[in-house]
Amino acid sequence: MNFDPRFSGRQFASVGTRPIRPDGVDKVTGRARYGADFNMAGQLVGRVLRSPHAHAVIKKIDTSKAEKLAGVKAVITAKDLPDLTDGDAAMYDILDNCMARKKALYDGHAVAAVAAIDARIAREALKLIEVEYEVLPHVTDVDEAAHHHAPLINDQIFTEGLEEKPAKPSNVTKRTQFGHGDVHAGFAKADFIVERSFKTEQTHQGYIEPHACVASVNPDGTADLWVCTQGHFVYRQHCAQLLGLEASKLRVTSSEIGGGFGGKTHVWAEPVALALSRKAGRPVKLVMTRDEVFRASGPTSATSIDVKIGASKDGTITAAEATLRYSCGPYAGSWAEIGAMTAFACYKLENVKTVGYEVLVNRPKTAAYRAPSAPMAAFAVESAVDELAHELGMDAVDFRIKNAAQEGTRASYGPVYGPIGIGPTLEAVKHHPHMKAPLKANQGRGMACGFWFNFGGQTCTDLNIGMDGSVSLAVGTVDVGGSRASLSLVAAEELGIDYSHVKAIVADTSSLGYNDMTDGSRGTFSSSMATISAARNAIKILKDRAAQMWDIPVDDVVWEKGHAIAKGEKYGNLSPLSLKDIAAKSGTTGGPIAGHSELVADGAGVSFATHICDIEVDPETGATRVIRYTVVQDAGKAVHPTYVEGQYQGGAAQGIGWALNEEYIYGKDGRLQNAGFLDYRIPVCSDLPMIDTQILEIPNPNHPYGVRGVGETSIVPPLAAIANAVSNAVGVRMTHIPMSPPRILAALDAEREG
Amino acid sequence: MVEVTLWGSLSAVAGGKARHEIEAKDIRELFRKLAEQYPGIEPWIDRGIAVAIDGTIYRDTWSKELPPGAEIFLLPRLAGG
Repeated sequence: MNFDPRFSGRQFASVGTRPIRPDGVDKVTGRARYGADFNMAGQLVGRVLRSPHAHAVIKKIDTSKAEKLAGVKAVITAKDLPDLTDGDAAMYDILDNCMARKKALYDGHAVAAVAAIDARIAREALKLIEVEYEVLPHVTDVDEAAHHHAPLINDQIFTEGLEEKPAKPSNVTKRTQFGHGDVHAGFAKADFIVERSFKTEQTHQGYIEPHACVASVNPDGTADLWVCTQGHFVYRQHCAQLLGLEASKLRVTSSEIGGGFGGKTHVWAEPVALALSRKAGRPVKLVMTRDEVFRASGPTSATSIDVKIGASKDGTITAAEATLRYSCGPYAGSWAEIGAMTAFACYKLENVKTVGYEVLVNRPKTAAYRAPSAPMAAFAVESAVDELAHELGMDAVDFRIKNAAQEGTRASYGPVYGPIGIGPTLEAVKHHPHMKAPLKANQGRGMACGFWFNFGGQTCTDLNIGMDGSVSLAVGTVDVGGSRASLSLVAAEELGIDYSHVKAIVADTSSLGYNDMTDGSRGTFSSSMATISAARNAIKILKDRAAQMWDIPVDDVVWEKGHAIAKGEKYGNLSPLSLKDIAAKSGTTGGPIAGHSELVADGAGVSFATHICDIEVDPETGATRVIRYTVVQDAGKAVHPTYVEGQYQGGAAQGIGWALNEEYIYGKDGRLQNAGFLDYRIPVCSDLPMIDTQILEIPNPNHPYGVRGVGETSIVPPLAAIANAVSNAVGVRMTHIPMSPPRILAALDAEREG
Repeated sequence: MVEVTLWGSLSAVAGGKARHEIEAKDIRELFRKLAEQYPGIEPWIDRGIAVAIDGTIYRDTWSKELPPGAEIFLLPRLAGG
């Protein structure tokens, strides 16, 4: 790394202000171009044939009739996507997920695809493809799948992480364990113990924009891909590997993105579109329908979690234990592992143990969803923590404050924390007016905490100064939440110029060095570090050019507030040179002025949030209404506070939907019953109150401005906060997410029946 | 010499021991020496291991120095959304 990333505690001129978003006008007027808005001359329409079975051997696919249909230009199956993964198991799973090779592993699994001159012919062609299946027994429930009698999804998988290698294959792909101390001794010291089991159903990220791309493969081996993605460089790597292309010859351009939340972090339809284009010799546009998005992309894990927490009379937690089973879809994953790491991360615990089990089921391949796996673990743990506080006769916030992790605490997942924000978020909640507001009949208040790691990663940025002094900033992290505005603020801050003179774009893969995707709340954290570095490199050149213009040694030039200044009394008559002055002369002082940066932005600080929620429950129907909601979260430093608030509100809104309504419902036949927004209900504006936010700023010591990621943590507490609110409203502990009206009524009926 | 703690699953392929004393100046040397001593760790390194140094998690900066006396903890490399 060519610059010092440590927090410097500087004063800001641009960072922390709230300029109007640069992409706003295009988005509200419809000019912004999303994945499906791009077109190429002569492009074909791609459509995918999907398995109607949850689990079936593909015995034979006959595409001959479809190929003969007038207007059909290409038909492909797995044979057109040969295995080039060279033993890379994760990539093989992605390949198999894009196009089933031997077995269809879930309802909606792609088995063939066509490219035709229009959508009608493409749909007709799909009907002419004959697939002979041998239907196998299936399993979609995470607990049933973990049972040794369950239908086996992959007979080559033996559970990893056991002391002895198992003799038989299993749907449980991996066991992981975290913790420290002695939980048995800890529980022996406890005066009160809460032990409960919880379930959460599978949800989709629910991004408004379906997966969409236009692919064009040329006869000379070059190719272009226009695509809606969270990481166009990662998509380039995946597609190049799966198609056997040279990465440098595949140019990937990311469109505007109508939501991703983790669901657009690896390829789904893109290799299929490229393979169709390669076969047809023409560009192919492939846009998923909403039904396909639900059946074949995205979802997060369904979970089953057992929690046990003990505390002494004085309110100190003496031991905590959790067993977490997470569904992975039909491919191995590490989702329970993340749940096991995050479950108790908010607390200072002497004795803690978590065990995670990854479970295969006949559902779509599990994908990351905003702080993946953490919300479910937090739901189980924070519900039990609330119940334990109640049994102890302690206030739920005070109990958490007493046991909150702090600097120097050994985290439940292993290392010792540096400066962290869980304590301050709890103190802020304790004193927040929301906690004192009166409640009416059938209303309940809940609160809960959440944790997420945050990541950095490989990042590359170019900053170019035009001859008129305006600045263009090319970044490689897709803007999913306002990073173009934030990064423009950062460039303006470093250069000492006005924000309005900076224009940020997301560059394509042929124009910039490799960037990891925008995940792990890393977009603004990582690219701001690279932007600071690039700007400082540009300033070195600006100083050199000013020295030339003045004909003085460059060591005598300093950069302050957007100007080169000749330091020392001997230069008293030299007026400062602005960035604009220097840029205007760049043609004769050495040519273009630019700053580049390529780095690994490591050291992202962990993040904590605490949420408060008021819910009203109709005891006759089980219907719920969110009355009031407050998010308190540590941002490290809010570069553009409005966007930070937007992230907080967005995470809370998604969490509210997950907690109260959203779930994948499978029939006994293993088919998804509610693959559409009418039957899979995400919250709309009229379902939600204004979500209040409070930004705390506890600087990350590993970023020059103290920035932490903010995008994900906000979805971690809502499930638990809402469950605690509903439980408090109805007097029955809710243990199954979503708390839909039928589920609340069933819980009330069960309570009445004793 | 630094003391390194491995998370549960990784310690299973490192002789069943969670704590190891290793002479390593940076993350790269740490991984190399662990793999020399316990070849079963190599696939895990290929899949991705994050290193927490005094609580700060490093995923890709293999040149990061391991200060004497620092708390070093190996963790799985995780996915984000």
